[in-house]
Amino acid sequence: MIIQTIAFYAFAAVTLISAFMVIAARNPVHSVLYLILAFFNSAALFLLMGAEFIAMILVIVYVGAVAVLFLFVVMMLDINLAELRQGFLKYLPIGAAVGLVLFAELMLALGAWVVAPGAKGAIAANQAALAKTSNTAAIGKVLYTDYFFLFQASGIVLLVAMIGAIVLTLRQRAGVRRQKIGDQIARTREEAVTVVKVPVGGGI
Amino acid sequence: MVGLENWQIATPEMILAAGAMVLLMIGAFRGEKSVDLVAWLSVAVLIGAAVAVIFGTTGTAFAGLFLNTPFTMAMKVLSLLGSALAILMSASFMRREGAWRFEYPVIIVLATLGMMIMLSSADLMTLYVGLEMQSLALYVVAAFQRDNARSTEAGVKYFVLGAVASCMMLYGSSLVYGFAGTTNFAAIAKVFAAGAPPLGAVIGLVFILAGLVFKVSAVPFHMWTPDVYEGAPTPVTALFSVAPKIAALGLLVAIVMGPFRPLMAQSQQILIMVSVASMAWGAFAAIRQENIKRLMAYSSIGNMGYALLGLAAGTEEGIRAVVIYMIIYLAMSVGTFACILSMRRGGVSVERIADLAGLWRNHPRMALALLFFMFSMAGIPPLAGFFGKLNVFLAAINAGLFWASALGVAASVVAAYYYLRIIKVMFLDDPAAPFDAVEAPMGAVMAVMAVFVFPVFLVFQSPFLASAQAAAHAFFVR
Repeated sequence: MIIQTIAFYAFAAVTLISAFMVIAARNPVHSVLYLILAFFNSAALFLLMGAEFIAMILVIVYVGAVAVLFLFVVMMLDINLAELRQGFLKYLPIGAAVGLVLFAELMLALGAWVVAPGAKGAIAANQAALAKTSNTAAIGKVLYTDYFFLFQASGIVLLVAMIGAIVLTLRQRAGVRRQKIGDQIARTREEAVTVVKVPVGGGI
Repeated sequence: MVGLENWQIATPEMILAAGAMVLLMIGAFRGEKSVDLVAWLSVAVLIGAAVAVIFGTTGTAFAGLFLNTPFTMAMKVLSLLGSALAILMSASFMRREGAWRFEYPVIIVLATLGMMIMLSSADLMTLYVGLEMQSLALYVVAAFQRDNARSTEAGVKYFVLGAVASCMMLYGSSLVYGFAGTTNFAAIAKVFAAGAPPLGAVIGLVFILAGLVFKVSAVPFHMWTPDVYEGAPTPVTALFSVAPKIAALGLLVAIVMGPFRPLMAQSQQILIMVSVASMAWGAFAAIRQENIKRLMAYSSIGNMGYALLGLAAGTEEGIRAVVIYMIIYLAMSVGTFACILSMRRGGVSVERIADLAGLWRNHPRMALALLFFMFSMAGIPPLAGFFGKLNVFLAAINAGLFWASALGVAASVVAAYYYLRIIKVMFLDDPAAPFDAVEAPMGAVMAVMAVFVFPVFLVFQSPFLASAQAAAHAFFVR
């Protein structure tokens, strides 16, 4: 138990520090690397809670895909973060104040942590499958059956995003030479090769 | 058997999804020249889906994620009509602006699919997926004139603020899930009805309402509306002012009257505040506007305030008033935007109110139609808009919301000023240069909507009232 607690605080502390460094780092590439560190530590936190599936998804999707994509974007776009961060210090106090007020309000409100009386039953009903199997298997059982509709609808959301990205950025440029495989294959020997008699010592 | 029931209940959604994908293929393989075909087919798909909704069945589907009631069906038909009309009105404007590409109608069909899923949601997750589908598609169409700085600005602004609203809603959903232990609407209602609702759930409700109020653009989450309305291409603005508004308002009604019914006292406070603030701000801020698209933005903020007042009443009468209000609002808005889209000089769109000067001399029929819409929006009897407001105020008064109703009436008097100012400019000012001839589809839309606003609605109210009644009754069946 004590080891779990120590591990939790260690991972949580590293997550917080690296999250802070994401916005504090001077070099945007360092920011993304700190972001990856934060993802890894959050994954570890999920593992401690027994949510191994979400932990792995976090590593695969966020670290493997999203963060690497960020890294590419940051490297390729050459964004001048120093310029973007011009007003950062100026607005820091007011931003911090707003954050603190919100935090205090939420603490006051959520301090009286009373779960609705019927909630226990509702949670238990959802977790029936979990008692017997690992949570990867449990998700697998419901994802394509009970939540089939959401699965499909999310697919359409991604389709919308894809169409949108293409519509807003794809430009047909004039004068682009494209490979026409049909034309290449349809070429005959006569079109491509001519046999020339070269006189001896004459050259062409 | 279960699969078949799912199919029956979600037929309109499947028509839209399959239709959008087929149209996308047609467009992708036949290239840019297919755009007219795709546009007409997408209108056909939307109308087909509307027919499927009308003849559809009620009930839950997909393991309790999806719910059809007479109320959702009424709102779906209105949203589908709004989208179909928006596509019909887009062709000439978008072609002139060089943005008439086949993706445009397809994205609107997908946005409408999102609206339908939103309206039918019976689970917090369905709600979020539907909302995101609709929003993402709308961000794209707002920025559809990608070479126009203002259109791009509208898209980015809408996207950033919409993302913040989505975050708030997600956070609220997570709180509700945490305190109720379930995301299913029926189960949430049962859990909260069992005892005094916990404070955390109320905070969750506030966050969810904030996200939805952003989507209907009611005060205090209205900041994006004037800029997005002004910047987006005008047919897109016409779309924004009807279909998504109707869908988001329907969702708001379904949320407040469904899972959060036991928290009605709390949501009523919020709704009254939002409603009164929207009515007032929609009236006062519009007075100084010179651009008619911005004016319509403030007008829609005000109109949403009136509709929310009906919801704040929380009674069957109130919900009925909301449905009637949305029917009339659809007609008035679409008609007005048909007029705005016809404001062209030498093939260039103009959008200042001063451009309407002396419209009565140059285009008497268009001026007459716009007169009907403005009088109707101002709520002057015997036009349809009057009955919309009357129903809302009656419901609010019967529910004991005297102060809110009084403030609403006062706000509608103030709002009448700027509607009447447009009429004054059209009829009494010296004529400006005439507009280009009104195109046939615009003229048809204008005429149909004007005739609906007066006298059709006055004479043939009963079928609308009956369907609104049936829709509202869905929440009060026990």
